[in-house]
Amino acid sequence: MRHLLSINDLTPESAREFLTTAAELERVSEGQMKKLPTLRGRTVVNLFFEDSTRTRISFESAAKRLSADVINFSAKGSSVSKGESLKDTAQTLQAMGADGVIIRHSASGAAQKLADSGWISASVINAGDGTHEHPTQALLDAFTIAQEFDRDSFDLSGLTIAIVGDILHSRVARSNVLLLKKLGASIILVAPPTLLPVAVDGWGVRVEFDLDEVIEICDVVMTLRIQHERMADSYFPSLAEYSRGYGLDDARLARMKAGAAILHPGPMNRGVEISSSAADSPRSLVLQQVRNGVFVRMAVLYHLLGGAHETHQISHSRIGEKS
Amino acid sequence: MASILDAGDIGRALKRISHEIVERNHGIGNLTLLGIPTRGAYLSARLASLLAEIEGDVPHGALDITLHRDDLRLRPPRPLLPTSIPSGGIEGRDVVLVDDVLFSGRTIRAALDALGEIGRPRTVQLAVLIDRGHRELPIRADYVGKNIPTAAHESIRVKLSEIDDADEVIIEGQK
Repeated sequence: MRHLLSINDLTPESAREFLTTAAELERVSEGQMKKLPTLRGRTVVNLFFEDSTRTRISFESAAKRLSADVINFSAKGSSVSKGESLKDTAQTLQAMGADGVIIRHSASGAAQKLADSGWISASVINAGDGTHEHPTQALLDAFTIAQEFDRDSFDLSGLTIAIVGDILHSRVARSNVLLLKKLGASIILVAPPTLLPVAVDGWGVRVEFDLDEVIEICDVVMTLRIQHERMADSYFPSLAEYSRGYGLDDARLARMKAGAAILHPGPMNRGVEISSSAADSPRSLVLQQVRNGVFVRMAVLYHLLGGAHETHQISHSRIGEKS
Repeated sequence: MASILDAGDIGRALKRISHEIVERNHGIGNLTLLGIPTRGAYLSARLASLLAEIEGDVPHGALDITLHRDDLRLRPPRPLLPTSIPSGGIEGRDVVLVDDVLFSGRTIRAALDALGEIGRPRTVQLAVLIDRGHRELPIRADYVGKNIPTAAHESIRVKLSEIDDADEVIIEGQK
């Protein structure tokens, strides 16, 4: 596999392989091997056209733990703000010898464009493109859920997972639906009708408009961030009203099933989609998600950059054997 | 394809190696065994139980060296195998690395690098079931089950009952 652009690039088996690698990397890191030589001499570029401090530092930290060199390229204050095109930027990175490009862009399909363009030979990792996908976030969420429910082989069947909030604009929701379904979980999307995509019927998931209807049956409640910038588009009357209908407040927290967990991709709007006591409760896995994000991204970097690509594989009689 | 060692031979070789380890180290007080997955880890567990019969319990674990290999870029990425370092760590210990076949020596070089990341053992020794020659690095084993001279095109397969159908060592690709 060369690029990670969408969860659709993964089969259930390859997704589990990535997650198993992440689990092993976590164990190795805890066993004092903080820094691994695996990607020494490889260059990874964080190409962020949209602000995202968390995702960027998570990838940066993952790459550095594998000894890769990291170049951070953010659109603000760069030549992009002077009008450079994606093509010119990509070609510049190619000329600098990037082996991997992690791209975050406000346009859906930007990562795919970069991978298909022929402008660069590097592996492309989608770190969020518009309202399309954010595959590494879904992988880290699946990893966190599997860890919480002791699913060592990353089989999530029998778990009911609610994804609550702005499904329409959320790449996190889209990637999570694809991945969690692949791994066997049952998904319930909970949102006001205005924040659901038109084609949601074809996603093969249950759709609910009322959070109170399902709060007691969920093993996991994943709340999404309400982006204040959407407020102007009047998808819902007011933040307070959204919060009353779809926020994970103290009353709903109290009604959650024993052992049920709360996930949030961050950054949280406390008091809007999640109350402070829910965010700080023992059910909340938010910090675990951040921590696991580094291991999952190390696994992705290892699988994409750690070996030879199929196209220029070198065959040698001695290589297949254990030495 | 020819069988070189059967289950009895493997059992006797491991028993002898366990005695040699005790003798060389004047006991087991400071020993830690680390097997290299997959089969080295099973062999180290077997050596640990043999040592338990002779002298007493020895901390043992597994050390995956995939992330330290120098040939990573020559082949598609391979899955990682489990690493488990005994709780006492390796600092100041006499570590015995255990693997099934010693060939180019590159796996052991990678294992030495991996050990260096974890701590500083007092000594590092190497036990292998088969030494087939063709070293590419200045590395040798302290304990060898059997030396088997091979040609480069041949390959040695170690089968262990923990994951294979039975205990056996076979040589393949002979002309």
